[in-house]
Amino acid sequence: MAGAGASSNDREILRLEDACKIYQMGTEQVRALAGISVSFEKGSFWAIMGPSGSGKSTMMNILGCLDRLTSGSYHLAGRDVSQLDDDSLSEFRLRYLGFIFQSFNLIPQLTVQRNIELPLYYLGWEARQSAERARELAEEVGLGDRVGHRPTELSGGQMQRVAIARALANDPQVIFADEPTGNLDSATGEQILELLIKLNEAGKTIIIVTHEASIAKHAQKRLHMLDGLIDRIEGKSDDAD
Amino acid sequence: MMQTKIARNIWLGIENLLLHKLRSFLTMLGVVFGVGSVVAMLSVGEGASKEALEQIRKLGSNNIIISSKKSAEEEATSTQHSHMSIYGLTYEDYHRASESFKDIEHAVPVKLMRKDSRLRERAMELRVVGTTPTWFRLVPRELIAGRRLQQSDLDKQAPVVVLTEHGARKLLATESTIGQTVRIGGSQFRVVGIVKSEGGQAGSIQIPDQEIDAYIPIDVARVYFGDIFTKRTSGGDEREKVELHQMIVQVNNESKVEAVAEGIRRMLEQFHKKEDYKVSIPLALRKQREATKRTFNIVLGSIAGISLLVGGIGIMNIMLASVTERTREIGIRRAIGAKRRQIVYQFLIETVVLSTIGGIIGLGVGALIPLLITYFSGMVTVMTWKGVLLPLLISMTIGILFGLYPAINAAKVDPIVALRHE
Repeated sequence: MAGAGASSNDREILRLEDACKIYQMGTEQVRALAGISVSFEKGSFWAIMGPSGSGKSTMMNILGCLDRLTSGSYHLAGRDVSQLDDDSLSEFRLRYLGFIFQSFNLIPQLTVQRNIELPLYYLGWEARQSAERARELAEEVGLGDRVGHRPTELSGGQMQRVAIARALANDPQVIFADEPTGNLDSATGEQILELLIKLNEAGKTIIIVTHEASIAKHAQKRLHMLDGLIDRIEGKSDDAD
Repeated sequence: MMQTKIARNIWLGIENLLLHKLRSFLTMLGVVFGVGSVVAMLSVGEGASKEALEQIRKLGSNNIIISSKKSAEEEATSTQHSHMSIYGLTYEDYHRASESFKDIEHAVPVKLMRKDSRLRERAMELRVVGTTPTWFRLVPRELIAGRRLQQSDLDKQAPVVVLTEHGARKLLATESTIGQTVRIGGSQFRVVGIVKSEGGQAGSIQIPDQEIDAYIPIDVARVYFGDIFTKRTSGGDEREKVELHQMIVQVNNESKVEAVAEGIRRMLEQFHKKEDYKVSIPLALRKQREATKRTFNIVLGSIAGISLLVGGIGIMNIMLASVTERTREIGIRRAIGAKRRQIVYQFLIETVVLSTIGGIIGLGVGALIPLLITYFSGMVTVMTWKGVLLPLLISMTIGILFGLYPAINAAKVDPIVALRHE
């Protein structure tokens, strides 16, 4: 089953093979992904970089099971998910993935605790257990005293911590972070990054989409995209300083 | 487990609705008024039909009531001074009718007159009903004490009277009732029995008995009070001669009522020069009432239905706006792993909660309206289980029906687009 640029092994968590995503824009076809093959190992820390329009958002949507490939295949945790229907993709997101967004994407009318509980609600946890877990997670990201607050009462850094706690609630294999520090000042951004590094050290696979080199340099691998293709992949060792 | 989950979902729905209290309340109002009007309509309709049936029951559905009335010509001349009107049914009519129709089971002659009555210091005006024992077969009323009139009373022309409960209370108060002598008009009557009365005070013509009735043998009435009555009016004394005021006929089969009534009408036509009688059939009255009631209910029902529909559209409108407003939330939920049907479910629960709470409040409003109607107009209204459950069921259905489209719209939202939605 080994593909061109990627080989299958039990350390692998995500693998794209000749992945293509074509959008129809009126009469024109846009090749957002033009045949990408890449493999991500368990517990790795990646940064996906590239100028806007290079296809990094599409890459993230595909990897995050939010979108489907036009052709090629995508394996997640050993299963080919490229042909799955909407419900099954939802199920994969629910069980294996966690998301962190630039604009935090918390639900404003829900308290911090309720926001963190959200994945557990869809996993069908009981109210008491999920409340307990939400409080633990809030504690873990340093917001144990804010569980009753609404997102609007929090600072940007605190909101992103809540988002991280929510992304962790379902104990995911992979966490996707889309410009997680984009709306934060550099000091707060640094703290969020440290939190992500800590999670990576605890064994989570982390994939960050960013255009900031200062963020990307913390990743073990940096994947540079250009025109829907992988321009180059740099390892941490390449990052000579 | 399942119940707690549903309860939790409902609670989440309520929480979301509480975020926009005014908006939710205004949305709900449509359903409140819709359900309220349905409940009110049903109970008014139910009350009307119950009242009609009750009246028919009191009248007897196999009965034909023939009453004396002044003919139109007589009415015109009777205002003249010292004129005596002679009209109405005669004893002859009674005998003829009871003998010539084989389908008549019972026939009762009725002579009515107002008389002052007195027992020592207590006095009241009674409606003296001169009749035969058969009256009590056709107008069956519960016997409270003593006995009803008997054939022997008629044979002996005994001056006995059967009072109603109301009359007995007024005249006899706490004294032992049976055997007392009451003065009616100028004569003494011995009280032999007391019956219940189902007639009202004002005594609608529809119901044969009144609560101020005093029943005496018809021949006694004739001998003691005669056939000529004097009415005091502002224009002077008005005298009239009436032999029988009423004749009640019971037919042995409901299906023959109308034919017999027609026969009686024809027979009377032959012997009366003027139309000084009126034949009424409770059964026909009932049929007519039912038809009227049906149209009435359909019209009222449609009006109430329209207001419910408007309420439903209101809900749909608000939910559509709410879906647009919460596009981002939907995107977040979908990204986290919510399936489409879970989004549908979430929004549907909100509309159903909204419409059901509206329905419950509407039920309260709808229960209040009939009370007010009864209080101010005296119309009978009846709340039935059907009248309560049906509107509730309808309001829930409205919630599902009008919530479905917005909810499906919500689930169609593409999470990628939704997450970028501002």
